[in-house]
Amino acid sequence: MSIAAAQKRSFGAVLWDYLTTVDHKKIAHLYLFGGGFFFLLGGLEAMIIRIQLIKPENDFVSAGFYNEVLTMHGTTMIFLAAMPLLLGLMNAAVPLQIGARDVAFPFLNSLGFWLFLFGGLMLNCSWFLGGAPDAGWTAYTPLSTTSPGHGVDYYVIGLQIAGAGTLIGGINFLVTIINMRAPGMTFMRMPLFSWTTFITSTLILFAFPALTIGLFLLMFDRMFGSAFFDVGLGGNTIIWQHLFWIFGHPEVYILVLPAFGIFSDVFSTFSKKRLFGYTAMVFATILIAFLGFMVWAHHMFTVGLGPVANSIFAIATMAIAVPTGIKIFNWLATMWGGSISINTTMLWALGFIPTFTIGGMTGVMVASVVADYQYHDTYFVVAHFHYVLVGGTVFGIMAGLHYWWPKMFGRVLNEAMGKLTFWTFFIGFHLTFFIQHFLGLMGMPRRYWVFLEDQGLDLGNLISTIGAFFMAFGVIVFLYNAIYTAVKGEQAPNDPWDGRTLEWAIASPPPHYNFKQTPLTRGLDPLWIEKREGKGEITPAEPLGDIHMPNSSFLPFMMSLGLFIAGFGFIYQVNHNWAYVLLFGGMAITLVSMMIRSLKDDHGYHIPKEELEGEAD
Amino acid sequence: MKGWMGKFRAVFLLGLTALVLSACGKENLTALDPKGYGADKSLDLIILSTVVMLFVLAVVVVIYTIVLIRYRKKKGQEDFIPKQVEGNKTLETVWTIIPIILLLIIAVPTVTATFNLADESDSNEHLNIQVTGNQYWWHFNYEGQEIQTSQDMYIPVGEKVYLNMKSSDVIHSFWVPTISGKMDVNPENENTMYIEAHEEGVYWGKCAEFCGPSHSLMDFKVIAVSQDEFDQWVADMQNVNPDAEPESTVAQEGKALFQENNCMGCHAIGSSPVQVGPNLSDFGSRSKLAGIEEMNKENLVQWIMDPESIKPGNKMTGNYPEVSKEEAGKIAEYLLQLKPSEITPESAKD
Repeated sequence: MSIAAAQKRSFGAVLWDYLTTVDHKKIAHLYLFGGGFFFLLGGLEAMIIRIQLIKPENDFVSAGFYNEVLTMHGTTMIFLAAMPLLLGLMNAAVPLQIGARDVAFPFLNSLGFWLFLFGGLMLNCSWFLGGAPDAGWTAYTPLSTTSPGHGVDYYVIGLQIAGAGTLIGGINFLVTIINMRAPGMTFMRMPLFSWTTFITSTLILFAFPALTIGLFLLMFDRMFGSAFFDVGLGGNTIIWQHLFWIFGHPEVYILVLPAFGIFSDVFSTFSKKRLFGYTAMVFATILIAFLGFMVWAHHMFTVGLGPVANSIFAIATMAIAVPTGIKIFNWLATMWGGSISINTTMLWALGFIPTFTIGGMTGVMVASVVADYQYHDTYFVVAHFHYVLVGGTVFGIMAGLHYWWPKMFGRVLNEAMGKLTFWTFFIGFHLTFFIQHFLGLMGMPRRYWVFLEDQGLDLGNLISTIGAFFMAFGVIVFLYNAIYTAVKGEQAPNDPWDGRTLEWAIASPPPHYNFKQTPLTRGLDPLWIEKREGKGEITPAEPLGDIHMPNSSFLPFMMSLGLFIAGFGFIYQVNHNWAYVLLFGGMAITLVSMMIRSLKDDHGYHIPKEELEGEAD
Repeated sequence: MKGWMGKFRAVFLLGLTALVLSACGKENLTALDPKGYGADKSLDLIILSTVVMLFVLAVVVVIYTIVLIRYRKKKGQEDFIPKQVEGNKTLETVWTIIPIILLLIIAVPTVTATFNLADESDSNEHLNIQVTGNQYWWHFNYEGQEIQTSQDMYIPVGEKVYLNMKSSDVIHSFWVPTISGKMDVNPENENTMYIEAHEEGVYWGKCAEFCGPSHSLMDFKVIAVSQDEFDQWVADMQNVNPDAEPESTVAQEGKALFQENNCMGCHAIGSSPVQVGPNLSDFGSRSKLAGIEEMNKENLVQWIMDPESIKPGNKMTGNYPEVSKEEAGKIAEYLLQLKPSEITPESAKD
C-alpha cells in the first residue's frame, strides 16, 4: 500500500492497520520509520559530540552529559538504527526475492518489530527519567556496574527487549529462507541479498544469546545484588568483555553482510551483468561469518591475555581479510566488461568500494597486535569502525533504500536530490573520519570529553567537525527527498532498473499477497533469464487458486507493551515498592496476550480465486 | 567519473596537508615520533602494515578507475547486453593466494613482536614500579625503594623499567604514546609491561580506557632523567620528612590547617602507603596540577575550594571539611613548597 493510497483512508484506520499488521511489506515500512527515527536521534547525538570537540577544552556540554551522549550514540546507531533499517530492507525484499507470499511466521515478524521499538523507546526514556546510560555502548564492567542512577539499568532492560526482537527476526528469516523458497529457487540460485540475510540470521541466532547472558548477569549485579563482576566479592570484570565481544564481533558482520548482499545485487543490476564468481561470493560470506566468531579477543589485545591468545586472535582476524578481498575483487570483476549506468543507487555502491577498502585496510592494521597497542581505544579505531560501519552498512542501507524504494513505496526517489545527498555525505564522511586516523596516533584516546590545548589536536578535530556538518546536510536533503517523493514523486513502474530478480516481476508496490501465482525459477537471476530467453515474464509454478493469508493481530503490540511496562518495574523495584505494580502488571499483560495467542485458534483467511482473477497482474 | 576521483584525492591531500602542518602531532605525546622501545616496535609494524595495505588499496583503485572509465554505458549503445560471465578460476585463485602472502608478511613480524614485548623473564634485574590507576589519577610505588608518588613518574633514561599495574576501582589503561603502547589496568589482576625511554624528556601519559566523567582529564607524566639524576631523586625522595616545618609563616599556617582538616587521611607525604588520594611528597615539583592544569597558586586554591570545577566526578569533592579562600591559600602555600628534590621535570630537558 503506497503512502498516497493510504492517505485516502482515515488516519485512525491507517494507524490501526499498521499497529496490527503481519504483512512483511508493512512491517518493512515500520522498521524503516522506526530505524530512521533512531538514526536521526543517533545523528543528533553525533553532532553534539562533534560540536563539543570543535575546539580544545570546549564546554558546550558537561562531562557527565557528554558520556551519556557518546553512549547513546553508539548504542542507538548499532541496535536501534542500523539493525532495524537492515531488517526493514530484508523484510521488504527477501520474501519477494525468493518468491514467497510472506515470511514463515508473520505473527512473530510483527512481534520482533514491536519488541525492537519498545526496547528502543525504553532506552531513550532514560533521557527524561534521571539520565541516560553513561558507560559506553560496550558498558564495560565495573564502570557499568558502579554507574550511579538508573541510566545503565535502562541500557540493560532496553537492549534485552530489543535484542529479543532481533533474535525473533533472525529465526524467522532462517525458517523463511529454508522453507519458503518458490519452486526452482534452489539455494544456489538465490540472489546474494537473500543469501547474506540467511547467513546474517545464523549469526544473530548464535551471537545474540551471548549478549542476552551478559545483560542478564549485568542485570542481576545491578538489580538483585549478585556479584558476577564485583572483584571485591570474587567476581571478574573481564568476563563481561568476553561475553560482550563474543556477541559484539559477529554483530559487526551482522551489520555489514546484508550490505554486502545489497551491493552484490546493485552492482550486478546496474552493470547488466551476472554477479562474477557467484559461488565464491556465497562461500566467502559463509567464511566471513564463520571466522567472525573466532576473533572477538582482538578487541581485547591490551587486556593482558598474554602473547599466545593475542597472536592466535591476530592471525584469525587477518584471515578474514582474504574472503573480504575476494568479495571486493569479485565486485570489480562484475563491473568489468559491463555496461555501467550510474544513478544514486550505484553511486552509493561505488562510494562503498574505496571507503570500505580503507576500512578493511585499517582492519588488518589493527589486527597487528603490537601496532594495536598504539591504535587501541584511540581515534584511529574510531576512524576504522566508522569506515566499516558507515562505508559498509550506511552506504549499503542508502543504496538499498534508493534501489528498493520504488518497490516499497511505489515511487522513485528524486535523482537530483539523491546525488546531492550522496556527494555531501560522501565528502563529509571522509572529511570527518579520515583525519581521525592521525588524531588517534597523535595521542587522542576515544571517548574524550575534551582534548587539551597545545597538544597538536586542534586542526584535526576542527576538520572533523566541519565534515560532520556536511554529513548532516546530506541526511537532511535525503529526508526532504523522501517527503517530496511521497507527495510529488513519479509513479514507479514494476521494473524501473531492468532488474534481474523476482521482486521486479510484480507490481510496485506489490499486492498484499505478493505473487498471484507462485513463480517458477529457472536459474540465477530468474527475471533476467525470462527477459532474455523467455517470454519476458515469470512462468507461474501453479494454477491460479485460493491464497491463504494470515490475520492481523494486535497481540504482538500488547506483548511488547507489557514487557515495556514490566521493564520500568524491574528498574525501579530496587528502591521503590510501587514498582512491583508495574513489574507484575506488565508481565501479566504479556503473559495474558501470550495465552490468548496460544488458546485462540486463528486459521487466517483465504482470498478466493475469483477475486484474484478480477485483478490485473 | 573524474570528479569523484578528484574529490577523493582532495580528501586524501587535505589529510596529508593537515598532517604535515601539525608535524605528526605534539612532541612527546605523539606515537608517530617514538622515543621508547615499545613505541619503536609499534611504529615499525604500523609502517609495514600501512605499506602492504596501501599496495592493496592501490591495486583496487587502479582496477576501479579502469572499470569506471572503460565500462560506463555509452551513448548509442543503450541496448548493449554485456557477456554474462560466471567467473574465472585462475583470477579467483590469484586474488585468494596473493592476499594470503601479503598477510603473512604482516603476520610473522606481528607474532614475533608480540612475544618479544611479552618476555618478562628479566623483571628481577630491573626497577619495578607498582602502578595503581584510580578515578582520575595515577599512583606510583617504587618497589623496594620506599618511594611513593603520584602523577609524575620518574624513570632513568635508557633503562628497562617494569610496571606492575592494577586498578583500585574501574578499568583504566596506561598509555604513554611516545614511549610505548598501552596496557589495561584491571581491578582483578596485575598486568605487567616494561617501558624504556631512549631520550630524556617529559612524556605525556593518558588514560585510554573509558573510566567516567573525567576520563579525558586523567593525564600523567613519565619523566625520563639521566641515571645520575634519577639516583639523586631516589635519595631525596627516600629522605622526605612528612613533619618538616616550612620556612615561611604562611606555609607553616598552611601545614597546621592541612593537619587540622585531616588532609593526611587521604594524602600521604613521604613513603606512607596511604593512597586514598594522590601522594603529595613532591607536589611542588609537579609538572601539572591534577595532571592537566598549570601548576600555580591560583589554580591550586580553586582546586582546594572546588575540585569538581576542574575534574568532574572526582572522589575528593564533598569528602573534606569546607575551607575558606584564605585557608585554601595557606594550604596551597604549604603544598607548593613541597619540593624535596632538585630533580624536577625541568631536569629532563637537557
